[in-house]
Amino acid sequence: MKNIWGYLKGFILKHSSAITGIIAVILLQQIISFGGKEFMLTQLTMSAYYSLVVVGLCMLMGYAGQISMGQAGFFAIGGYVSAVLTTQNLAVYKDTAVLKVLGTIGIIVKSNDIYGSTLYYLSPMLALILAVVITLGIAYIIGVPVLKLKGHYLAMATLGFGTIIYRIALGTKIFGEADGISSVPGFTLIPGLLQVTGQTGFKVQNYYIAWILVITGIIIAQNIINSRVGRALRSLHSGEDAAESVGINVSKYKLYIFIISAAFAAVAGVFLTHYNGGIGPSEAGVMKSVRYVSIVAVGGMANIWGTVIIGTLLNFLSLRGYFGSYDDIVFGAILIAIMLFTPDGILRKFSFRKKA
Amino acid sequence: MGVNKHFGGLHAVNNVSFTVEECTIKSVIGPNGAGKTTLFNLIAGYHRLDSGVVEFNGKTIQGLHAYEITSRGISRTFQNIKLFSRMTVLENVMTGRHVRTSAGFIAAALNTRSARNEGLKIREKARELLELLQVSDLEDRDAGSLPFGKQRYVEIARALAAEPKLLLLDEPAAGLNIHETQSLAELILKIKSALGITVLMVEHDMSLVMDISDSIAVLNYGEKIADGTPKDIQQNLEVIKVYLGDDSDA
Repeated sequence: MKNIWGYLKGFILKHSSAITGIIAVILLQQIISFGGKEFMLTQLTMSAYYSLVVVGLCMLMGYAGQISMGQAGFFAIGGYVSAVLTTQNLAVYKDTAVLKVLGTIGIIVKSNDIYGSTLYYLSPMLALILAVVITLGIAYIIGVPVLKLKGHYLAMATLGFGTIIYRIALGTKIFGEADGISSVPGFTLIPGLLQVTGQTGFKVQNYYIAWILVITGIIIAQNIINSRVGRALRSLHSGEDAAESVGINVSKYKLYIFIISAAFAAVAGVFLTHYNGGIGPSEAGVMKSVRYVSIVAVGGMANIWGTVIIGTLLNFLSLRGYFGSYDDIVFGAILIAIMLFTPDGILRKFSFRKKA
Repeated sequence: MGVNKHFGGLHAVNNVSFTVEECTIKSVIGPNGAGKTTLFNLIAGYHRLDSGVVEFNGKTIQGLHAYEITSRGISRTFQNIKLFSRMTVLENVMTGRHVRTSAGFIAAALNTRSARNEGLKIREKARELLELLQVSDLEDRDAGSLPFGKQRYVEIARALAAEPKLLLLDEPAAGLNIHETQSLAELILKIKSALGITVLMVEHDMSLVMDISDSIAVLNYGEKIADGTPKDIQQNLEVIKVYLGDDSDA
């Protein structure tokens, strides 16, 4: 009996931050539902997906010390790829062998339109995987040359990448140009039980889907940070010569963490696109990237929970329209203020360092 | 044919050639600007050689990246200490274990049993080294906040964590007072005798160099002018001229 308690106590202590996070998420939902303001869950769900981007960026920026001003680009690639793949009617190809094979293994979904003809779409689950894989590929191709740069130059190069993605989204017919892509289907995680969709009646479960994803992301990020790999990443921040002197392959680690942070953004992009039922070019905009960077900065750079809390709060306020038309100005001003007055972030002094 | 390195028109290291015997302490001395640190950077892979060969354990290592050279068994410290300032002392030394461990991104993300066990072993080894260098009491301190002398010890512990065969010390006594230098001398001797590590160091402190070196190479204007035991070097007329002579820049 004592053993079980000891084990339980150890478990709770070890995972105290994740458990606190889960309790906070549940409490927030209960309070909001009890208060009859369930509509707020929509913005909290969206904030959660934006927070997932921030968790990835926090590893890259806060711990490995590499800035990316192109995070919205990766988010948009994930979202757009998934949106395109799940909204193209494949009925014209329905007699081809490829589609039949795909149909039998269950990665083509059929549905009927209002006129009764059958529509064939790629399964969102496959679209998710493809979207993430494509984003990782692009992150790799961009990362290899760009990560040779440091500091401001890296910021400029990633900013350029973000701008390119934005212009492509804005100017390409298949991506819906300025209108973006709409009527993206929801996607089923567990048939009949869990579905990522913005339809009414699914608000509470989507809130939990989003937050479970975020907390999983946080746990993965913290595992990485507190590991051998994490120490290698943090060593990059203090100086690359010293990191090389202990045998760390600096360019490899930079590239890996750049790709991982892009993966976080892509997963968030896919989920939010299916949740919202669409995506538009503003998601790829430069100001979105600035927003992610400023959230990581406010949260204290190397402080994952801090960035998630601040990020959720700011995004929630922004999505509820509290900043009005000054939205972008608010985030820009925050970034400037943080850099001027507290470069370590305002939550920094409350964060306690984990004993090594 | 020795190693060569030019920086623009400056021939920083000019045809320098010497050997370091296993399990000995070799020092490289010379006036400021003689090319000692450049030589170190050539060996450790921080500069590219213009020409020449660096052989270690029977294999040529020139042209390899610095991190590859570390994994071959050469660790170094820096003249102006380069610790990971955002990490604790213990974490610094743990990071030094990098080349002797293997857990990758996926094992880390999933916090697998093998990654955890490896992590525990890394910590154990790091603590052993802190004990050896008598800085155990500082393990939770921010590395950047330590006094200079202690930082040097932590940097040496970090270098030792990679279990090198050859340790390169770039001016280890710089900025240390006479007592600290004394205990540093004891430590370097201990590294050689107890850990069986070969030491190659650049140093200005002559008493330290003469006390502990098995052999000494002297550089001047990028060229080697003498190589031998401390006794030989003390009696070498050219060395005396470089250090005391009328047109010396020392």
